[in-house]
Formats: sequence, C-alpha cells, structure tokens
Amino acid sequence: MLSYIVKRVLGMIPAILIISFITFVVIQLPPGDFVTSVQAQVAASGGGMDAATVEALRARYGLDQPMIVQYWRWIRGFPKGDFGFSLEWNAPVWDVIAERMGWTLLLSGLALVFMWVVSIPIGIYSARNQYSLGDNLFSFLGFLGLSIPDFMLALIWLVFGTLVLGIPAYGLFSPEMVDAPWSMAKFLDLLKHLWAPVVIMGVIGTAELIRIMRGSMLEVLNQQYITTARAKGLPERTVINKYAVRMAINPLISVLGMQVPKMISSSIIVGLVLSIPTIGPVFLRSLISQDMYLAGSILLFTSVLLLISNLLADLALAWVDPRIRYE
Amino acid sequence: MMSGMKHYKETADYINKMYNRQSQLDESLADQMRESEKIADATSQWRLMWRKFKRNRIAVVGGIVVLLFYLVALFGDFIAPYTLEQRMTRYSYLPPQRVYFFAGGRFQPHVYALETGRDPITLQRTYVPNPDKRIPIRFFVEGAPYKLFGLIPARRHLFGVEEGIISLFGTDGQGRDMFSRIIKGSQISLTIGLVGVALSLLIGAVLGVASGYYGGWVDNVVQRLIEIVRSFPPIPLWMALTAALPQHWSPLLIYFTITVILSLIGWTWLARQLRGKVLALREEDFIMAARLAGASDRWIIFKHLIPATFSHIIVISTLSMPSMILAESSLSFLGLGLRPPLTSWGVLLQQAQNTQVLLLYPWLMLPGVFVALSILAFNFMGDGLRDAADPYTV
Repeated sequence: MLSYIVKRVLGMIPAILIISFITFVVIQLPPGDFVTSVQAQVAASGGGMDAATVEALRARYGLDQPMIVQYWRWIRGFPKGDFGFSLEWNAPVWDVIAERMGWTLLLSGLALVFMWVVSIPIGIYSARNQYSLGDNLFSFLGFLGLSIPDFMLALIWLVFGTLVLGIPAYGLFSPEMVDAPWSMAKFLDLLKHLWAPVVIMGVIGTAELIRIMRGSMLEVLNQQYITTARAKGLPERTVINKYAVRMAINPLISVLGMQVPKMISSSIIVGLVLSIPTIGPVFLRSLISQDMYLAGSILLFTSVLLLISNLLADLALAWVDPRIRYE
Repeated sequence: MMSGMKHYKETADYINKMYNRQSQLDESLADQMRESEKIADATSQWRLMWRKFKRNRIAVVGGIVVLLFYLVALFGDFIAPYTLEQRMTRYSYLPPQRVYFFAGGRFQPHVYALETGRDPITLQRTYVPNPDKRIPIRFFVEGAPYKLFGLIPARRHLFGVEEGIISLFGTDGQGRDMFSRIIKGSQISLTIGLVGVALSLLIGAVLGVASGYYGGWVDNVVQRLIEIVRSFPPIPLWMALTAALPQHWSPLLIYFTITVILSLIGWTWLARQLRGKVLALREEDFIMAARLAGASDRWIIFKHLIPATFSHIIVISTLSMPSMILAESSLSFLGLGLRPPLTSWGVLLQQAQNTQVLLLYPWLMLPGVFVALSILAFNFMGDGLRDAADPYTV
C-alpha cells in the first residue's frame, strides 16, 4: 500500500509539469501582457506612458524574455514554495492567495460534507421506498437541484435573504466584524454567513449523489446476500446499515474525485456573486489584468487539488472495499 | 406385373398429392414468415425506443418544452413585441406589468396605462398604473421592422400595444423590454449548446471510436490526452481561455470560439462513453463476421460501429446540452464569455451582477429562470432517452 502511495505521488510530478506548462501557455494566450493592461488603465484615466517607461517595466518584470525562459523562471521556484510574483498586488503570489485558498478549501470541504450528510439518508430512503410519494418528491427536487445554476441560486439567495429575511446575505462576516480580532462572537458571525454558500455549492452535487446512492442501493438490495441476511432473521436495521449501505456506498466514494473540481468551480462562482474571499474574485481580476503568475498559479493549484483528491478517493475506496488491491 | 404397375401409379399419385399439399403448406408457411418479418420490420429498434420513451410522461413533457423553446427561438423576432436594442427611455427599470384579460365581462386583454413620476427622496422613477385608462393588447400589430430568420423583412409582431408600453417581464436601465430580450437571447443560448455539442460530438466520436476499436497505442494516446484535459477543473480553465479572446474580434468569431472552447472539455466525456461501448461491441459476432468477410476497418467503423452506437450518441448529446448551456451562461454572467451585441441569457444576467441594482430591480434575474427551465427540460428528456436507448432490456 505504502509503495503504491509513493508511486502515485511520484507519478504526480510529471503530471504537474505537463499541467503547469499547459497552464502557462493558456495564461500567455491573450495578446499583450501585464504592461499593456497597465498602459490601458493609465490611458483610461487620461495619462500616458512613454516608450522608455514601457520597456523598462517589461525588462523589470522579465516580460521581454522568450516564453520558455519566463516559464522556467516560474517553475524553478516551485520546490521552494515560490510561485512567482503578482505584478498587480506587488507581492509574492503565495501571500496573495494563501488565505483565499484556505477559504476555498474550507467552503468546498464543508459543501462535500453537506452533500454526503444529506444525500445518503435520502438515497437509502428512496431505494427502500421506490416509487413512493417521498421517492418521487425527492427525485423531482433532485432534478430541480441539478438544473438551477449555482450562480442563479446565489443570486436568488442574495435577493431573498436581503429583501425578505432582511439580513445581509453576502460576505463572510458582518461589516463590523471584518477587522475584529478572532473571538467567539466573530466565529458565530462567520457561521451565520457560512451556511448559505455551503448549501448553494452543495445543491447540484447533492442531487447527483442522491441518484447514485439510490441506484446503487437498489442494486445491492436485490442481491442474494441481502435475502440471506433477512432469511437468517437479522433485524432490518442491521440488514440495511451493516449489509446494504456498506456495499452501496462505494460508487459515492469513487465519484468523490470528480466532485472536488466541481466544488472548486462552484466556490469561484459563488465567491464572485456573494463577495466571499475565495480564489474566485482574485482569479477573475488576475485574468483580466493579465497578472500571469497569479492567474497561472491559481489555475495550477486547482488542477493539483484535483490530482490529490483523485488519489485520496482511490485510497479511500481501497480502505472501504477490501476487494480492491493496489499492488 | 399389372398390379405392380397399378400399384406404382397409385404410389406416384399419392406422392404427387402429398407433394402438392406440402408445397401448399410451404407456401402458407412462407406467407406466415413474410408476415412475421413485416412485424419484425415494423418494430425496429427506433420504434421500440420511441414506444418506451412515450411511456415516460415526464420525459415527453421535457421533450415538448425543449421543442417549444426552439420554436420560440426560431420565430423570436416575430413573437417579441420589441427588437433587441429598442430603447424606451421613458420607461427605464419598469417592473413587470400585469396583464388583465377581461374588460367588462368580455375577453379583451389589456394593460393599464402608466403615470410616471419621480420619488422625491430617492429620485427613482415611479410608475403608477392607472386603472381608468386601459391599453388594449393588439395581435399582429405593426411595430419595429425586423428580419424573420435574418432574411425576410417584416414589421408585424405577434402582439403589442399602439400607445404606451407592454412589458411582461419589465425593462432594464435603458428601457429595453426584458421579455423581448429574453426571447432574442434564447436564440444564442440555445444554439450555442447545439453547436458546442455538435463539435464535441465530432471530436469525441472520432477519437472515442478509434480509441476503442484500434486499442494499442492509439488508445493510449487518446486516453492520456483525455486525462490531461480532465486534470483541469472546467470553470477555471474556461475562464482562462475565454479571458484570452481579443476585444476587437467580431461577434461571430467570438461566438464560434466560445463554442470551440466549450467543446474542448465536453468531448472527453463523450469519447470515454463511446470507447466503452465500442470495446464491448468489438467482440460481438457481427463485427467478427464482417472482419472475416474481408471488410476494411473504415467499412466496419462507419457501417457497423457508428450506427450501432447511434442511440447512445443521441442520449449522450442530449445529456451534454445542459452543461453547455450552463457553462455559456456562467461565463457570460462573469463577463468572460459572449459580450454585447451578442445577447445570450448569460449576457442579460450581467446586469444582475451588481448587488445594488439587483436588489432594487429583482426582475433582472428572470433570464436565469429560463436558463434553469431549459436545463431542466433537457435533463428530463435526456433521462427518458437514456432509459429508452436500450429497448431490449426491460
């Protein structure tokens, strides 16, 4: 097992190199560079820059070098935890995004927990009461959840929360708490703001997981070992919880790796709509201002997160299902 | 000897008679077989699928809604009372108007005329409907000129008013009718999904079928390619790619580039699904028979494999429509996808991005309702199609 993990982690290094190169190419695609966008900003506010200043800026940021050199300058810092310099923020990339990555991971993680906690019981109920009123209701709600875009849910929550409930439905903290030091009051304030984005991010995934859980549970319930368990007189609770659910949950774990990128995508969009400091708002700005190392690093981090979550999902599956062996 | 001859003749007669009867029997049997063949013909795979699909009511409803959406998009210029950019500056941020259907017991759809004013404190425009002044809604009324299907010049609109304004979904800050804009927006939102799916289909079907059929290094290369593409979470990658589109490109070029970018990720799922299907089919007897008969790879792929996966291709395309529509509207909403003058539902939603504006004029969110409705309809239809795609299993 350990050798398998080591092998997988080592295998991630070439993957990260390929991904980082593609990322860099994609980020470099737009015509012009950061200096052009600074020029445009200055021009928009009525100023102008002479050619010498422009060239000096380019040379200072290394933008006059060939692309491959710029790429090398970026990746050679990776082992030291140096992901380049954000031209717009005038700070190392890591300092700009560390806290925002934290919030992104927290929101995504909580949304995953929410999805599992809600979808497993509903999936079990729906499978045990197939075609009942409750089952039909849940499948309809599931379809509805699958169909409403996350940004739309966030907009609806913004309007509903503010106009109907009369609470500010955006941000992570109330305005007076933003700069306050950590305290119990601040923590409670955070919780009050946190649940809505978590639920919004989790809705689509929950709908998917309910369907998977229901389908997998139906399949398991038809198998002979369940009949045997019932025949030998086990209480129904044991049959369901110890026999059926433990088997039926495997597909949920194998899609876990696919859920993570969706959560990250969703955290970007929900963060933008509800003005939450996820990587979303910074990423959008960095793309528009062509702050390439910042944009590139964020794109790279989201992909690396995906690689890691795939590995974790594989390991979790091996841990839950003893039939799976990685040798 | 004589008796022998007679006997022989009797026997010959008997054999003849028997033979005739047999051939009659054969004929009727052949008739029967022909008859049953006709039935077998009649219940082709497609008919079986259609039968099974029809039984799934919610899927049929989804299909009808999808059809309706496309019909409205097709005749959008005629159905919308105003054109896309028609500004009625006197009526900016007008809330959706209420339509009254009966006047004095008679069927006479109308809206109330509006008294406009300004709030003395917030200085916002206010609109007070005047119940004493009814504006009847006229059908096939003359209005702003447009080109039906982009070709036929016309002036008649399905409905409209001769004075004042009819605005079922309210207006935006520049006094443009949201109802008309949503209908016009459907033309882009709904076709971008179609073109995007068609493109992913083209790439996905070719690479997926090739990868499943040839195996070996072809399969290896295609699978690695899919893995690389899928190692990026879709939204961030789309955002980075669409942000790269130059500002000066023509709307048409932007439109097609966006579809290409959307299908850049979409094809991977399709290719995986088809590869699995082809891997299973490759071992079937009829493929083996074709190969033994000396059929070329091209013949087998185009005459046997692709037709055999056709129903799955349809299901997969239907099920990928929602994610295309969703992706386009998310990107346009963020201001990275399409931009005016191209108007999709996502572009319309950009106005709702400003929290202050949204809270004052919540009807600007309405385009999002149509995004959700179209996705819902496609999901219902696709789900029904998936169940129907394999008609031989119950």
